[in-house]
Amino acid sequence: MEIRLKVRRQEAQSEYSSYSDYTVDMPEGATMLDALLQVRDYDDGSLALRYSCRSSICGSCAMRVNGRARLACKTKAVDMANGDEPIVVEPLGNMPVVKDLVTDMDVHWDKVRQITPWVENSGPEPEREHLVTHEVMLDVSNALSCIQCGACVSDCPVLEVDTSFIGPAAFAKAYRFVGDPRDDTTKERLQGLSATQGGIWDCTRCNMCVEVCPKDIRPMDRIMQLREKAVAAGVKENIGVRHGNSFAGSVRRLGRLDEIRLLPESVGMFNVPRLLSELPGAWRLFRAGKLPWQSAIPFMHKPIPGIKHVQRLYDQARNQKKEQAK
Amino acid sequence: MKYAFWPGCVSKGACPELYESMILISAKLGIELEEMYDGNCTGAGVISEHEPKLADMLNARNFAIAQKMGHDLVNICSTCQGVQSMVQEKLDRDEEYRAEINAQLAEEGLEYKPGLTIKNFMWVLVEDYGLDKLKEQVVRPLDGLRCGPFYGCYILRPSRILGMEEHPERDDYLEQIIEAVGGTAVDYEGKDKCCGFPILTNNRKNSLTQAGTHIGSAKDQGADCLVTPCPLCHLNLDAQQPSAAEVIQRELNVPIIHLPQLIGLALGIDPKLLRMNRHVVGTQAVLDKVLAAVEA
Repeated sequence: MEIRLKVRRQEAQSEYSSYSDYTVDMPEGATMLDALLQVRDYDDGSLALRYSCRSSICGSCAMRVNGRARLACKTKAVDMANGDEPIVVEPLGNMPVVKDLVTDMDVHWDKVRQITPWVENSGPEPEREHLVTHEVMLDVSNALSCIQCGACVSDCPVLEVDTSFIGPAAFAKAYRFVGDPRDDTTKERLQGLSATQGGIWDCTRCNMCVEVCPKDIRPMDRIMQLREKAVAAGVKENIGVRHGNSFAGSVRRLGRLDEIRLLPESVGMFNVPRLLSELPGAWRLFRAGKLPWQSAIPFMHKPIPGIKHVQRLYDQARNQKKEQAK
Repeated sequence: MKYAFWPGCVSKGACPELYESMILISAKLGIELEEMYDGNCTGAGVISEHEPKLADMLNARNFAIAQKMGHDLVNICSTCQGVQSMVQEKLDRDEEYRAEINAQLAEEGLEYKPGLTIKNFMWVLVEDYGLDKLKEQVVRPLDGLRCGPFYGCYILRPSRILGMEEHPERDDYLEQIIEAVGGTAVDYEGKDKCCGFPILTNNRKNSLTQAGTHIGSAKDQGADCLVTPCPLCHLNLDAQQPSAAEVIQRELNVPIIHLPQLIGLALGIDPKLLRMNRHVVGTQAVLDKVLAAVEA
């Protein structure tokens, strides 16, 4: 099977990059890593790439194939071929390139260090070891399976615009410790993750990390679990939590979203500077006929016919949650 | 062709032009919509962050209402689609959990049974209505109009719950529809990325940088406008565009068109009825191009 590759090349310390074209003859089941090694070993020894286990365990060979981060060793070349177009191979995004397909992962490791990646316990040392139940560890086992390949870091759209964002892989790692019963700093961790610039409330929930993760860690779901745990632990003084409360509150009141109250209730009714900064935007909406001002007038914004049932479901869910918390 | 129609909250709030254009084009296409007036907000993924079970109950209620109406459910919002697909997958997979949720719905005489078809209008157009039939209805081909597709995250990801295995081209439908009505689909970086809307209140700068960057990238590729099936994306890309332009410090001025408005233009519906004037970024340049093509 003939595989055509278009590989991005970049020298160390150079801002300039270009593409090299290669054609290799590979067996049907060949992976992208097989094809790239064929190039490096028989065609162009100057091509740099990182790899080790060839079995999706070590996480070394993550790179972008056809615009999306993947493990080269887990990706069949035949699945990437697209008619006459060559397969485009590029280094991971959101991190500097060392050479060709090799990136400097320090930006990621710095974030992992930021979340205190070890169990903290100030209590007395047990006689033998800390015992934990299978059930509890099952909850964090998914996050434990992360191989730190950096695929989610590469394709995270928030990291593209804000390098302070802790990022999906480090958040998944954070969940591994927040969910660990041996750790006794859960609330402090959640406070730190909520308050920090680039913290859990800056995730846009775009599911990109879920989509590219080769080990089904679903980092975004771990971020959502961190949010849920933060709220449950009483870490509520931030816009993200108020936004959720305002949203749920309007559904309980009307059965629908009350857009007009969402912003002031989220940023804080007395947050005058922020509210003032939003006025030009509100005026633009009003002029375009897009500001649902009617909903500010109680009798003009009627709830849905079955609102009592929505309220019953809402209260039922709240009560169940309270019971569980006890 | 008859559907239980879930318009979503935003088409009844900040994007009334989406609702009105959808009603007009469905009538013109012969797609019958029976609106779910008693449906409730899906939670847009926000409620499920704090209270997943509440979000599941609310969505199950909508599903049961659609089933009681006896039709497949159609929505006009990528975010609604994502939330509905996610909840449906959970309910269909877990019989015990479904029974627990149904027990709460029973008091209202509702029950969700697995198997409801839930489709965004974009999917309906390609899979149920058919692009060939759509082409036959076009009386005002959008020749020369260069449209950048903007999908919205939740209609693309996670792909495992969005029927991508059965319909692998769902991530290309916008392009196919744009071409079917005579326009040119513009490929650009960012068409499948996040518009930034979910963090607009929490981190305005990040949110607007995301929106501005995508619009700018489409403009660099020569797009006259962006077309989206998601009203939440529309709000960040259109209503916030002047602010996004300030944040990324470049001129943008790219109209953001709802998918039903694009179809409506091609079906020959009066732009005024499609509420093309209800945009923060003026759509006159788009209309000039569309109408000029007809006159030529």
